[in-house]
Amino acid sequence: MRAICLYLHIHQPIRYREYSIFDVGNDSNYYNDSFDSRQSNERIFKKVAEKSYHPMLNLLEANLIKHPEFKFSLSITGTWLEQAEVYDPELISQIKRMVDTGQVEIVGETFYHSLAFFHNTDEFEQQVAMHATAIKRLFNVTPQVFRNTELAYNDELAHWADSKGYTTILAEGWDKILDWRSPNHVYKPAGCQNLKLLLKNYRLSDDIAFRFSNRGWSEWPLTVPKYLSWLKDDCLRGNLINLFMDFETFGEHQWKDTGIFDFMNQLISDWLTEYENKFVTVSEAAKLEAPQDGISMPETITWADTERDLSAWNSNSMQKSAMEELYSLREKILSTQDNRLISDWRHLTTSDHPYAMCTKYWHDGDVHAYFSAYASPYEAFMYFMNVLRDLEFRIGKA
Amino acid sequence: MLGWELPPHNSGGLGVACFNMAKALSNQGADIDFVVPYQAKHPNTKFMHVLNATNLDPIHRYGGGAYTTAHLFDEIIPDLKDENLVSIREVQQEYCNYVEKYLLTNEKPDVIHAHDWLTYEAGIMAKKEFNVPLIAHVHATEFDRAGMHVGNPLIHEVEYEGLMQADRIIAVSETTKRIIHEKYHIPLSKIDVVYNSLDESYEVEDYSFNDKTYQYIESLKDQGYTIVSTVGRFTIQKGLPGLLRAASLAISKNNKLIFIFAGDGEERNSLIELTADLGISKNVIFTGFIRGKKLRDIYSLTDIFVMSSISEPFGLTALEAAHHGDVLILANQSGVSEIIWSALKYDFWDKKKLADEILSVAENPALKNSLKKNIKKEYHKISWDKVAKKCLKVYNEAMKHKGID
Repeated sequence: MRAICLYLHIHQPIRYREYSIFDVGNDSNYYNDSFDSRQSNERIFKKVAEKSYHPMLNLLEANLIKHPEFKFSLSITGTWLEQAEVYDPELISQIKRMVDTGQVEIVGETFYHSLAFFHNTDEFEQQVAMHATAIKRLFNVTPQVFRNTELAYNDELAHWADSKGYTTILAEGWDKILDWRSPNHVYKPAGCQNLKLLLKNYRLSDDIAFRFSNRGWSEWPLTVPKYLSWLKDDCLRGNLINLFMDFETFGEHQWKDTGIFDFMNQLISDWLTEYENKFVTVSEAAKLEAPQDGISMPETITWADTERDLSAWNSNSMQKSAMEELYSLREKILSTQDNRLISDWRHLTTSDHPYAMCTKYWHDGDVHAYFSAYASPYEAFMYFMNVLRDLEFRIGKA
Repeated sequence: MLGWELPPHNSGGLGVACFNMAKALSNQGADIDFVVPYQAKHPNTKFMHVLNATNLDPIHRYGGGAYTTAHLFDEIIPDLKDENLVSIREVQQEYCNYVEKYLLTNEKPDVIHAHDWLTYEAGIMAKKEFNVPLIAHVHATEFDRAGMHVGNPLIHEVEYEGLMQADRIIAVSETTKRIIHEKYHIPLSKIDVVYNSLDESYEVEDYSFNDKTYQYIESLKDQGYTIVSTVGRFTIQKGLPGLLRAASLAISKNNKLIFIFAGDGEERNSLIELTADLGISKNVIFTGFIRGKKLRDIYSLTDIFVMSSISEPFGLTALEAAHHGDVLILANQSGVSEIIWSALKYDFWDKKKLADEILSVAENPALKNSLKKNIKKEYHKISWDKVAKKCLKVYNEAMKHKGID
């Protein structure tokens, strides 16, 4: 038996606009900018919906119908759901139909796609609970498997998930941690009772997510037969291939004209032509075998950059001071019991915001490799801090 | 190479840029004859031959007519003969004649590299009469100098003719390239962008800042004031009224801001008047024209350097300010903003955004420190060596264009 565990992460942040110091105290609209502006959430969501969400969901749904053995898992952030409900509710109905087939599993996470776990445990737990509530309301399921934002994982997080009754948790299969071990097995996080650990096979995942359209890559163009042969070869070191990637890989990161949709469509069918091959959801994957080993990750590992750490979110002084000031407001914000104010504050915890302030590669001037809604990391920080000032002003009035 | 000035007889950045470029080109093996329109000694130019096209004193290279009357001129320099009182057009004619004589008597150069409109006529003559490939280097156009308004029609004509006749054009930025394309309708494919670099001697020069020299400013800084400054000629090109209006907006939110305007020019009086009208005279300091150590002192005192130009072909002062550790706020309409990433930027007309940026830097130490730290890593990323390599490439293309290998 060989199994592919396909897990797709679907997310859009709610971006704050170019919020001026002259707006502070006068205008508390942070998130709704005019449709043509650089930070228009509506424009960006609709664009990605057209390029990625609709065609890929259609492709997946058609395959679910055609192949009852086809299965996959989805994590959907709360900020995506909020926007889909307003801008394109059909997307949610379609996902609901797919979940109802029993072939699609929803993974738990924070509602706001935040890194609250590393700042404030109470806030983290509340955001996870909010997400579970939203998933129950919209899809009538309760997540049993957990993934943290950016796949940021450490032993402490595993202990938390274990104590909350999750059966499985997802993390990056980074060589430095795995050493001689393969990501193609089920593991047990060190010191946990029942929790299982699934690790991303980053080479085979990134072949699709990052390298697929790269003409400078020696393996370009990637064909289905070639990729199938890699999958089979990789099964020599364990029969579970965890392909974890952004949903937006399909149509947004890799455009339609690269052939990514045709590739995926054919891959699903061709994989299933061999009787010993199958697809599994994350819960099923964890039950394929007994844990092969215990794994400890005292330091935080993420799925980002070559460093696989949190440095893209919290390494420079702007990111640190922005997050410090943000979380220091929490008690005061919550004590107002003003839902609008609390929601405005929580939307600032989305990890995309400190990511936009990242300067790691900025002075290289490689602006094309840099996706951001802001003209520079410095501007991203400026407007963020102005929003914080207005929040403080509103606390004073409340 | 055809130029109008070289240090120490330079009035601005043009001479410095030509000097550094020629030096780097010679390091790469280029053999350079450099023609200047006056008679003077140039130390440290052993790497090339500096040729003097006229017997004029360097001060007369823009012609006597640039100053007031012959009578007044006579008083300043009594021994000056009348025939030396020439206009800029006559200086240019003399320059042209000299280049023609040079080409008749010397081996023909592989290329002629002409800097700005002042030398274009000589370049055109060389190309027409002697079939030498012409490269026109644009450090500024008349549109820049006129703040994007209509400038001197004669200069436009010379500029246009030079750009039309040139085999290749070098622009100091994408901004300048765009202006050449849009205003003179030159195809983009004929224009290469070669950025300037900071003067080499600027970085090695022995300079240290004594924080006891400017005790008043230092005491303001101790009280939490932020020092914002700008340096340049007070002309329409520099967009200074916009900076003053942004200053007024920013001061309305935070009065611990001091704006230093270093320089002089025809807009000085109207800027002082505008400052008073806006009611911010207490927060604005006009230093008058400064250079050398005093200019470096201003950069050293400054927290935020603003380049507010309506059109700035390059903007070397920004790199100088960065060298002294200033945070940069650059108008998008400046060439330097195309290559500098660790800076805040704005469109020159967007006064509110400029005010926003000044206030953010003044009030967020994390932003100020990040910008200061990161600009240090990148402000000298363009070296004169790279400039020279690019020029040589352009020379080769121009020679190919002429069928020369």
